[in-house]
Amino acid sequence: MADLNVKIHNLQIKNPVMLASGTCGYAEEINDFYDVSQLGGIFLKGLTLHNRDGNLYPRMAETPSGMLNAVGLQNKGIDHFIEHIYPRIKNYNTPLIINVNGSTVEDYIALTEKVNELDHIPAIELNISCPNVKEGGMAFGITCPGAEAVTRAVRDVYDKTLIVKLSPNVTDITEIAKAVEGQGADSVSLVNTFVGMAIDAEKRKPLLSTITGGLSGPAIKPIALRMVWQVANAVKIPVVAMGGIMNATDAIEFILAGATAVQVGTAIFKNPYIPLQIVEGIQTYLERHMINSVNELTGGLLL
Amino acid sequence: MEKKEVSDFIVTENIKLNDTNYLLRLQAPGVLPIIKPGQFINIEVANTSEIFLRRPFSVFEVDYNKNILSVIIKILGRGSRKLTESKVGDIISIIYPLGKSFTIPDKDDRILAIGGGSGLAPMLFLARESGLDANKTDILVGARSAGDHINMDEYYKFGNIHLTTEDGTLGVKGYVIHHPIFAENLQNYNKIYACGPEGMMKAVAKEAKKAGVFCEVSLENLMACGFGVCLCCIEPTTKGNICVCTEGPVFNINDLKWQI
Repeated sequence: MADLNVKIHNLQIKNPVMLASGTCGYAEEINDFYDVSQLGGIFLKGLTLHNRDGNLYPRMAETPSGMLNAVGLQNKGIDHFIEHIYPRIKNYNTPLIINVNGSTVEDYIALTEKVNELDHIPAIELNISCPNVKEGGMAFGITCPGAEAVTRAVRDVYDKTLIVKLSPNVTDITEIAKAVEGQGADSVSLVNTFVGMAIDAEKRKPLLSTITGGLSGPAIKPIALRMVWQVANAVKIPVVAMGGIMNATDAIEFILAGATAVQVGTAIFKNPYIPLQIVEGIQTYLERHMINSVNELTGGLLL
Repeated sequence: MEKKEVSDFIVTENIKLNDTNYLLRLQAPGVLPIIKPGQFINIEVANTSEIFLRRPFSVFEVDYNKNILSVIIKILGRGSRKLTESKVGDIISIIYPLGKSFTIPDKDDRILAIGGGSGLAPMLFLARESGLDANKTDILVGARSAGDHINMDEYYKFGNIHLTTEDGTLGVKGYVIHHPIFAENLQNYNKIYACGPEGMMKAVAKEAKKAGVFCEVSLENLMACGFGVCLCCIEPTTKGNICVCTEGPVFNINDLKWQI
């Protein structure tokens, strides 16, 4: 058996396949299908300081090889999570990572301070890339000063592993990646969804209540792969990659492009077992190529 | 939470019921869990890049002896059309069982089950599973025209079947709410159930509310996952925005924020 263990800063994970925030609830929903401890880690549904109702229905539109969503960070807030959900999931035997969101830098700090108190949460994913909220979110992640300000503020109050989730809706994603690395990020995860749009020509109406939304699924994979490649070559911190991963081959491509680990997201909607199949598929690939550790694959693209 | 499964089923029958409705019978790979009226399954539409997401369908019948599950596929778009082209022997991936069921009636209840369009299947399933005497169960089915109704002969043993058509070619002319059994004596029923187009369900809900009769409806909001992780199929309720796929699809009308 090849070694699937990887490390993201201080976070030791048993395999490089994790679930992407916003596609796996708070892990329990996936645990209804199988034991989630078989996965490398779980990025929980994005949390905010207070309850958010999210955007109006309709929030979803199917597109060729993918989908648009405009959920808008619906969640009941961190206090509800700590009181009602955390006690039920905290003993899952896989790292649970909280996706941290805010409208202001102060929100991000206040939320992070609460998360810092949770012993069973070894890392946060700082979300500065949500395209579906009016304030905050992606606004911070599309400029270097914005990304730097949030990362620095959160870094100052958080000692555990800090992963910053980047938006692809920028001119040069490497500039943002370098900016957050410079402010103390331990890792970057990319890419969040691409801003897109869908129209019902017959009704002459947008398909989403918000008109635009975030595109995910295999449709974005080649662009995500290019961005991961660029970022992995621009920073020294580990890269966690996502963007349309549907099978083990997709995951391996991202690892070859420079990712230490991957997140599987929209594929879960199609089949929640896909992440487990990817773990097996990576193992098979490594054995077939007689590679001892998945770490040897990271950045292993032959040029 | 309840255990859910993803399995490959085999198509054992694909029967054309009329121009737009097909009956698919699907053989489970093992023993089927108990599935209740109103619950649904999420079916993968294979071999197409145009159709990325699964399509949800209410369960129509369950044969626990043969472990066969049936759904009625009404052609509404590309996904449903593709599924109606399924051949016997085809393998179809299904996520099941999903959602919450209708409230099963008490043994002394009189019920009215109203179905329209693709909403017919769970109503017939409910009538069959309710265990009530046929004379205590009224099934009211609406369609546009005579040709849009399917043959329900087998269901007369589970209830009295009443039909409406918008053009008057079969049964009472008009919508379901215009049928005398609905329009005249709604208080006779202990429970009213409805599944179908939103306009129909709202019209039913409005009258049920006015008459003070218990009423449940089954919603069909667009969903990506079907098991509560994507938060796309939300419905505003007295408990906030909640997922139709896990908290529904069946809702008591008093919990919805419908302007009725």
